[in-house]
Amino acid sequence: MAAASCGREEGASMAALARLHERLAGLREEYFLTNRAIDEERKAKYKAAVKIQRWFRACRVRAYLRYLSKMAILIQKRWRGYLRRKYFREVVERAYFIKKQKFYNEMAVRIQKTWRGYYVRKNIHNFYALKKYLQGVSVKNEIVRLELQEEAEIKEQEKKMKDLEKKEKEKKYQARKTHYLLSTEQIPGVYNSPSRKSPDPMELLLRQSKPLTHRKQQVKSPFADELYGWPTCKKPPAFVTSLPVLPADRQKPQGPFRDPAEVLQQRYKPVEPTLRVRESMYSSPAKTRELTRREEWRNPIHGKEFLPFSSHHKNYEKYEPSLFKSGKYGQEAYGTKYFREVYPKKWIADKDFETLFSSIALFEKFGKTYSSSGQIV
Amino acid sequence: MSQRQVLQVFEQYQRARSQFAQAVADLAARPQSIDTLRSADVVCLLRPLLLDVVPSIRQIAALALGRLADYDVELAEAVVKAGIVPQLIGSLPEENRYYKKAAAFVLRAIAKHSPQLANAIVQYGALYMLVICLEDFDPGVKEGASWALGYIARHNPELSQAVVDAGAVPLLVLCIQEPEIALKRIAASTLSDISKHSPELAQTVVDAGAIAYLAQMIPNPDAKLKRQVLSALSQIAKHSVILAQLVAEAEIFPVVLTCLKNSDDYVKKNGATLIREIAKHTPELSQYVVNSGGVAAVIDCIGSCRGTVRLPGIMTLGYVAAHSENLSMVVIVSKGIPPLCLCLVEEHEDHIKAAAAWALGQIGRHTTEHARHVAVANVLPTLLDIFMDPRSSEDLKTKTKNALENILQKCTYLPALEPLLHEAPLSIMPHIIGQFSKVLPRDSKARRLFVTTGGLKKVQEIKAESGSLLQEYINTINNCYPEEIVRYYSPGYSETLLERVENYQPVL
Repeated sequence: MAAASCGREEGASMAALARLHERLAGLREEYFLTNRAIDEERKAKYKAAVKIQRWFRACRVRAYLRYLSKMAILIQKRWRGYLRRKYFREVVERAYFIKKQKFYNEMAVRIQKTWRGYYVRKNIHNFYALKKYLQGVSVKNEIVRLELQEEAEIKEQEKKMKDLEKKEKEKKYQARKTHYLLSTEQIPGVYNSPSRKSPDPMELLLRQSKPLTHRKQQVKSPFADELYGWPTCKKPPAFVTSLPVLPADRQKPQGPFRDPAEVLQQRYKPVEPTLRVRESMYSSPAKTRELTRREEWRNPIHGKEFLPFSSHHKNYEKYEPSLFKSGKYGQEAYGTKYFREVYPKKWIADKDFETLFSSIALFEKFGKTYSSSGQIV
Repeated sequence: MSQRQVLQVFEQYQRARSQFAQAVADLAARPQSIDTLRSADVVCLLRPLLLDVVPSIRQIAALALGRLADYDVELAEAVVKAGIVPQLIGSLPEENRYYKKAAAFVLRAIAKHSPQLANAIVQYGALYMLVICLEDFDPGVKEGASWALGYIARHNPELSQAVVDAGAVPLLVLCIQEPEIALKRIAASTLSDISKHSPELAQTVVDAGAIAYLAQMIPNPDAKLKRQVLSALSQIAKHSVILAQLVAEAEIFPVVLTCLKNSDDYVKKNGATLIREIAKHTPELSQYVVNSGGVAAVIDCIGSCRGTVRLPGIMTLGYVAAHSENLSMVVIVSKGIPPLCLCLVEEHEDHIKAAAAWALGQIGRHTTEHARHVAVANVLPTLLDIFMDPRSSEDLKTKTKNALENILQKCTYLPALEPLLHEAPLSIMPHIIGQFSKVLPRDSKARRLFVTTGGLKKVQEIKAESGSLLQEYINTINNCYPEEIVRYYSPGYSETLLERVENYQPVL
């Protein structure tokens, strides 16, 4: 089939070809013009297409950029929001904390203010206490002034009384001295003049007064000196410094009398009180001595005290009692010897006296109940 | 026969010696004859009589020597130079008590004149002998010995220490307990003389337990004894706080106040001195004094005496008021200011006035209330007068100035300040103007009064250097008033007005 068609076509074509050659120049021009127009159209179209594409591409890019920036803004917006909210929470917390603190401070200040005012007013500058104290002091001052006044008045009174008494005494003494001025039956005395209605008070005093007795001859003691002018030495001393001398030819009195020299020595023995007696019981050295004594009594190492080393005390420190403790015929046993001590040397017989009747049962045991290291058996 | 004649010669000689000694002793008691005795060289003549066989001649010779030494320093020195003191001291232990008394009298008469003589006696070993005399039983001997010890200890601390070292203090304390009043007096005065020098000596006296016995003796009616006892206690209390507390604890308080009412002036003075020495140390002790009503008694005492007897009382008030403002208020409330004012006015002695001024300054310096009380009593013009008086001594002027300054710094009582404004010298003026400048800006009535009493006028007349404190105060006051008034009162205002009248052109 193709071959057939090709053949027919070859004939037709040769006619066409000739026709065409005729038209060829015009065809060429036409072709050229058409091509040029097409070409220009094509260029224009091309440019337009490029423009459109360009524009579209630009729009796309712009849209993309817009999109990008929108997204970036969105991210940033969200992020910033988040950050600020977080920060805001902190700020709020802080502000709240500060507000709480301020509130607490203020309340604390109120409390402290009230407390301090109270404390100072009560303890440090207590006005009412000060006022009361001043009132108290005034009252005390008044009391003291009154008391002092009273005492001064009492002393004045006493002084006046003493003066009065002294005057009275003087008057009485004068009356006693001048008792002879008393008026008698015949002669009115000086103080009892007849022209007076009643006798002078001196007269009455004279009537009552007893005349003075004769002044005893004052023995001038050998110690009277002008040194008596000194304030403490107003009378002669009571102590005798030398023993009174008995007359040499004095008869020795009969009886169991002691040697007078001994007696005188004992009677006029100078007083030498021991330190213990001289010192009072309550003075501080005495008290400390008492304390040490008690301590010694409490804390000894063993019970036995040391025995004395020498017999010095037996020979030289014999106690001599004063004369006032002696009895009528010699020394009384009271206070000098023990109650139950006995002196076998003084016994006139070996045995005790025979008793006529039974003595008190308890006293029978005397001497028998005790052991031999005691006294009697 | 011849034996009797021989004995008669000796008896004549003895009688002559005895008469001579007696006569010299009598003459020595009279001051007129002592010069003649001195020129007759009596000391050397009496010296051998001291070694005489007869005891009464010895005693009378010692007594005569004592009277001679008592009269005059030169005779005392002559006695010491003649070497009599060792003889006296050496023979003391064996002698009887009259001789001991006379010997103590001689030692006391010598020691009282000067520290050198007392030192000389101490070097001869007199203290030991005097302490032995103190242990004697006779009260007269004890009295003589303690008197001599007192005179020795009086001069200076070293001699006092020597007396204490000789062991005299416990014996003196025993002497105080004796019943004889004269012995008590002298023992108390000796303790006072010993303890006055230093705190250690006072502590020695306290350690011997003296305070209790002294405190027991305060109620005793004998005035001279009270004087000595109060003096002893105040000498002990003055040294330190602890000693003052010990004295205060001895329960002296209500009793001492009765002493302030005693009729004897010196008892009052010593009582006030004791209270002063206790109150001056600490506020607690002052408080104690105040609480027992001491302030009232002291104020009454000041009111009733005249002269130096008042001085310790005034100083007590000053010390009490100085410690704190409450105590100062107590002094004011007990009406302490009027007697102090009277003291300032009446007394002639400068030191008493100075003490009164000081005391008023101490009372008024604490707060405005106190200053007001002081100012109301019209004290400030008196103080100013004393300050300006040319006859006042430097000390008085200083004290009055200090008192004025102290009171003025707190005084806001304007009626009392105004008279001062007109008379005060430039040294006090800043204080017064300062006070006005503090009060006037706030009180309108006071401003009015200030103008009407002529105060503003006076202020304008004051010329102060610009830039000084006074000028500032003046400016503050001027700012309280409108311009016209200030100009009206400024000096020379009438001239300026007249000038304006002259220069004025009348508008017809």
